[in-house]
Formats: sequence, structure tokens, C-alpha cells
Amino acid sequence: MSDVQEGHEHPEDSAELSYYAQRAQAIEALLEEKGLCTPEEVQQAVNTVESRSPADGARVVARAWVDPGFKQRLLADPRSAVEEMGYILPDANTQLAVLENTEDVHYLVVCTLCSCYPRNLLGRPPDWYKSLAYRSRAVIDPRGVMAEFGLELPGEMEVRVMDSTADMRYLVLPRRPAGTEGLSEEALARLVNRDSMIGVTDPFIPQAVASA
Amino acid sequence: MSDSAIYQPGDTVRVRVDSPPGHYRTPDYVKGKTGRVVALCGVFRNPESLGHGGSGLPAKPLYTVEFPQADVWDGYTGPESDKVLVDVYEHWLDPA
Amino acid sequence: MTRVHDRGGWPTDESIDRADHAHADWELRVDALHQVLGRKGLRSTDEMRRAIESLPPEEYESIGYYERWTAALEILLVEKGILTTEEIDRKMAQLDQ
Repeated sequence: MSDVQEGHEHPEDSAELSYYAQRAQAIEALLEEKGLCTPEEVQQAVNTVESRSPADGARVVARAWVDPGFKQRLLADPRSAVEEMGYILPDANTQLAVLENTEDVHYLVVCTLCSCYPRNLLGRPPDWYKSLAYRSRAVIDPRGVMAEFGLELPGEMEVRVMDSTADMRYLVLPRRPAGTEGLSEEALARLVNRDSMIGVTDPFIPQAVASA
Repeated sequence: MSDSAIYQPGDTVRVRVDSPPGHYRTPDYVKGKTGRVVALCGVFRNPESLGHGGSGLPAKPLYTVEFPQADVWDGYTGPESDKVLVDVYEHWLDPA
Repeated sequence: MTRVHDRGGWPTDESIDRADHAHADWELRVDALHQVLGRKGLRSTDEMRRAIESLPPEEYESIGYYERWTAALEILLVEKGILTTEEIDRKMAQLDQ
């Protein structure tokens, strides 16, 4: 969201930090003075979020592509399946759910009310996912949105938009690209980009396949 | 946990038309629309209470409900088979 | 009543800006602060959403994502009597020195 950095026309603005940036720092300082949190706790929470990235989701997807048993477990009980791979999902208030894209059905995830996203696995959502434009358009014009991301789907494929309004956090399991039968799990994971796990794109097509 | 859930996957439901004061998680665009229950997600504490500092109890069954896009949006230009799915708490649903 | 946060299907022809910005330190920390306070039971995700939804519509639409989180945090902390607006004003002025 580009407006984050454009600042805010408050008279209090300093050259370096926006009004809200200063406000946030003041709030944190006061909470620390009152002993309600420590700088270390806050930093630790920053580190935890930063430690997760789309590469983690990509490993899960690649495992599901090569291991049918794992895929079944991932669809049936996502939390346990990702725990098998060492990903412990700390937030017990939300549930991870996996939506499988197939030849016939393509899922796209949005949160029209705020910005619900499987952060515990994928890290922070991209700015565009939180934008008012995406939240408005993804439900009413999903095919137009996907076209902007470069994905044109045939009319016979059913597009299913999942509006993540409550306690479920949705991960799209994208389709494995054709021509990748010989690739290792690690090589497959490199094809799984972040946006394909939201459903606005497909995974990358490997160079060798694309140029063949 | 499904013991307390009224609806089963496959049931047809209509989303209530309501705008209660305070916090709630049902988007406007499905209010009054008829859909089909796809799944029971589980039973979760009620955000309408949690949002205002309450306990969230009693917990509410949460369902994924699918709606044909053509029923939700006037002039939807995509294929008739396209759907939008929304997670809706049980107290927002009536049988249809 | 139209709720400013309930965006699904709002008329717009705005294209989707796919650029990601690098998060500033304060954005990472206000996100983290919400989590730390959540674990201590001092605020919940649903309360935070409710506070964000209560922002004046023009403010909701004009400020950035973590700016909304900051505004919501202040609303909740003041409401719960943990901090006062005056106290935050004073600290902000002091940090600006």
C-alpha cells in the first residue's frame, strides 16, 4: 500500500517520521515504562514474524506435489501436516485450511473485511493483498484481477473466490506445472511463488519447460 | 463439536439481512443471498462479543457457504459456474 | 449503514498496485506490540478490528495499514484505562525533542 510512506499532513510531522510513526513509538515507550512489555519482547515478536516467509509455504506445496499421502493429510488436517515439516503454528485461535486448485477449479483468496492471511506460515501479506482495490475487486471481478496479475483462465474452469471473513486462514495449493515430473522437491519449491499460494497467479513455469 | 451445529454440508441457507450496532463479520454483499453450505469449519468464540471485550461465549458454529457469483452481483460477467465462498457464523443463517 | 471496512464489491476501477514497500521499523514494532499485548490478554484481534472499524471513514481510507493499527491500539489502550491521550501526546512531544 503506497500510502503508508506518503506520510500524513499533520502539523506535528517531523522530517523523519510521520505522525503515526511517532505516535506508535510514544505508545511503546509508555507501555515499557509501565512494565506492560519490554523492548526485548517486542523485538522477539518482530523476529518471529520475520522468520516466516513464502518460502515456507512453498516447501509445503512442493511436498504435497511429490507425496500424495502428505497431500491428503495436508488437505484433511493442515495444522498437523505442516507440523510434520517442523512448522508450529502458534496462533490457536485460527485454523489453517488448504484449498486445492485442479484442472477444473481455481481458488482465489481475499479478506474483504480486513487482511486475514496465513501469516503463521507465509509471513506478512503483500501490500496489494491489504489494499482497498484488491479487497473491493477480488470478489466481484476475480477474473479481471487475475488477468492483471497475468493469469487468464478458460471459461470452463470454475473460479471460486474464498472470502476469509472469520477464523480460517486459507492457503491455496496451486496446480503443479506440466513438464516438471523430473524435478526434485527442492527445485519444485522454487517454482512456488507467494502469489500462487493466494491464487492470483499460477506457479512459475521452469525455464526448460517454457523454452521447449 | 458438530453435535451443536444445525446445518450440514449441502444444506441451502439464506444469510440474514441485519446491521447490528458494533462489530460483526458478515459482509454486506451476501446479506439476503441464498447459498449452499460447503463445510462446517468448527465452533469458534463469537467475534460480536470478543470485539467488545466479551468472552465470546457461547461459541458459534462457523460454516463455509458458497454462492453463485451471478446471484450475488448484478451483471457478473464471468461464467455461471463461478462462485464466491464466505465463512458465516450460524446465527447469521436461516434455512432456505 | 455502510461500513467503511466492508469493501467487497465497492465500485472502483482502480488497478492493483503490486509494489511492496519495505516495512519501516515502527511498522514492524507496532505489529509486534499488538501480538505481545494479545498474549498478555490486554487486547484481542477482534477488539482491534472493531477499533479499526470505528475510525472515521475518511481517515480509514486515507491512512496506511500500520497507521490504522496504531490508531486502533491507541483507542483500545485509552478505552481500557491503560494510557491516556494526554500522556501519549506528552511522550510524543518528548521523543520529538
